[in-house]
Amino acid sequence: MTAVVRAQGLGKRYGRRRALSECTVDIPAGRVVGLVGPNGAGKTTLLRLAVGQLTPTTGSIEVLGGRPAADAAQLSRVGYVAQSTPVYSGLTVEEHLMLGDRLNPRWDMRIARDRIESAGLDSRQRAGRLSGGQRAQLALALAVAKRPDLLILDEPVSALDPLARREFLSGLMESAADTGASVVVSSHVVGDLERICDYLMILVASRVRLAGDIDELLASHHQLIGPRRDPTTLPGAEVITARHTERQTTLLVRAQRPVDDPAWTVAEIGLEDLVLAYMKADAASLSPMEVLR
Amino acid sequence: MIEFLLHPGSGVSPYLQIVQQVRQALRLGLLREGDRLPTIKTVVAQLAINPNTVLKAYRELEHEGLVAPRPGAGTFVLRTLADDTVTAHDPLRADLRAWLDQAWQAGLDDDSIEALFWTTFRVARREAGSKEDVA
Repeated sequence: MTAVVRAQGLGKRYGRRRALSECTVDIPAGRVVGLVGPNGAGKTTLLRLAVGQLTPTTGSIEVLGGRPAADAAQLSRVGYVAQSTPVYSGLTVEEHLMLGDRLNPRWDMRIARDRIESAGLDSRQRAGRLSGGQRAQLALALAVAKRPDLLILDEPVSALDPLARREFLSGLMESAADTGASVVVSSHVVGDLERICDYLMILVASRVRLAGDIDELLASHHQLIGPRRDPTTLPGAEVITARHTERQTTLLVRAQRPVDDPAWTVAEIGLEDLVLAYMKADAASLSPMEVLR
Repeated sequence: MIEFLLHPGSGVSPYLQIVQQVRQALRLGLLREGDRLPTIKTVVAQLAINPNTVLKAYRELEHEGLVAPRPGAGTFVLRTLADDTVTAHDPLRADLRAWLDQAWQAGLDDDSIEALFWTTFRVARREAGSKEDVA
């Protein structure tokens, strides 16, 4: 299997603060990968390590088989849309495209113009006067026209209204279908990722908590509802979260085989609930330490 | 050409929703032999979903022998699922329409009508199933 991103014990510190710890992942090629986690979990750090804007404190990271930003060839194979989708406000849309053409060896002007047109942008408009949604579309066009093998986007839609969000994601998916590029996109809104991703990574408090094919993740997690039980262990299953009322216990478990115990009512779980459960499980297990400090 | 719709809250995975909508269109005669399915790029742009999802749905339909890809041209319908029951659709639709009017007149709201339909459907289905088992 080829990996677009391969990290081994990857870590990054800013002074005494850990932004990313012991991150070991293999992200397969040809996927649309969603990177989710609360604000400050380390998503941006991981993505900036992948594009070579940061260097690791510990461990290693390989992107498309090479070191991030090692040389011009490596740079040209990775497209990056940074948080807040920066553009040059004094330049027109067309001038951005000309600049892209000058700076990128694999630049494809037809792809760039197609994207600008289908996003409904006026190529004579200055970027400073574009709306947030239009600016994001311009940043996407610039990243896609490089014809990258891997497209990395950091919270591209977090500042957009629902309509602009949908239009951006639709443009992103159209580009992915067109170029066959692998995509890694981060967000703290699971709903945005649910439609577009087929692979998910959950990052909480600087650690990767879960990574895998979304269909497999959904198939291996079950919600169990039954009469209250206190030692919440279950043979052959890992308990992720447990909630109790006076009479009832609700568990989220991870198990390869279906849970076959008549005491429990088994329900499937949606992606949003799954992600929230992992975030909550971590918040619960971390809080005692915070108290000690 | 048909257009797909996704119901996010339905609990049915997006790929399966596409498969079901094509089957339904074939059953209702909305798609016929030789018709082209929307290209993956079109579906992806319209629904803002993952290209792999559409690809998976089309592969499933291909596997069922309903459609076949022609390289460079698109994916085409091989056979329909419309059978002799199509002629029965019109009178049944009229009956159902009359039943709906009755339900509205009786003061049921849309949710109650849907709930009533599905519970009745499931019970009927189960009873029909157990009869088959006996036979």
